[in-house]
Amino acid sequence: MILSCKEASHLVSEGLDRRLGLAERVALRLHLAICDGCSHFRKQMLFLRKAMRRLAESD
Amino acid sequence: MKDFRSRVEGERAYLLRYARLQLRDGHAAEDVVQETLLAALAGEAGFAGRSNLRTWLTGILKHKIVDALRRVAREAPLAEEEGEFDALFDQTGHWREPPSGWEDPDSLLQQKQFLAALERCLAGLPQKSARAFMMREHLGFETDDICKELGITPTHCWVLLYRARMALRECLQETWFSK
Repeated sequence: MILSCKEASHLVSEGLDRRLGLAERVALRLHLAICDGCSHFRKQMLFLRKAMRRLAESD
Repeated sequence: MKDFRSRVEGERAYLLRYARLQLRDGHAAEDVVQETLLAALAGEAGFAGRSNLRTWLTGILKHKIVDALRRVAREAPLAEEEGEFDALFDQTGHWREPPSGWEDPDSLLQQKQFLAALERCLAGLPQKSARAFMMREHLGFETDDICKELGITPTHCWVLLYRARMALRECLQETWFSK
């Protein structure tokens, strides 16, 4: 399964909400290994989650 | 008793801010905070022995917010489509503008200014996505529970959460990281 960036971005997001299947995880990992844009995107999504935690705890 | 009442009142502004962020409606926020304060005063015994008043009040408030969200979902089923993100990708599904790295994001979490920018971006989210996203990331619901509360399928839920994240990313990129 070859992913486009669009599909990869969906899987990155869904990975935060459900457990991805094995095929999805492999395909995503392969894509991320060769795609800087999506790798940045993934880091940004993880950061957003952290930031929301921080906001929930703040003041 | 008088002391407890004034301490509870002292948390009103904090609770209101919290409720506004979740409900995105000033009146609804005032209502749930009022209910929370009344419930707290009536239930002072429930607080006895606990160390943190704010945490206790926030716990009550969360329940009131969930009730309010449920009411809204029942009364006003929202219109569907709220903006797609297809425009971000070309016909082959590649980024038109690939995301670039955000510099040292972790240190931003200590900056009040950044958190304020994040709140402004949250306030700009389409309502339905925002509701799912806040339940997920702010109140810490599991996805299954969000689906149940909002009466939608898991697939729909994932799409809403995706849209919220995409919109937040865009907003932060424009209003913070590109500056």
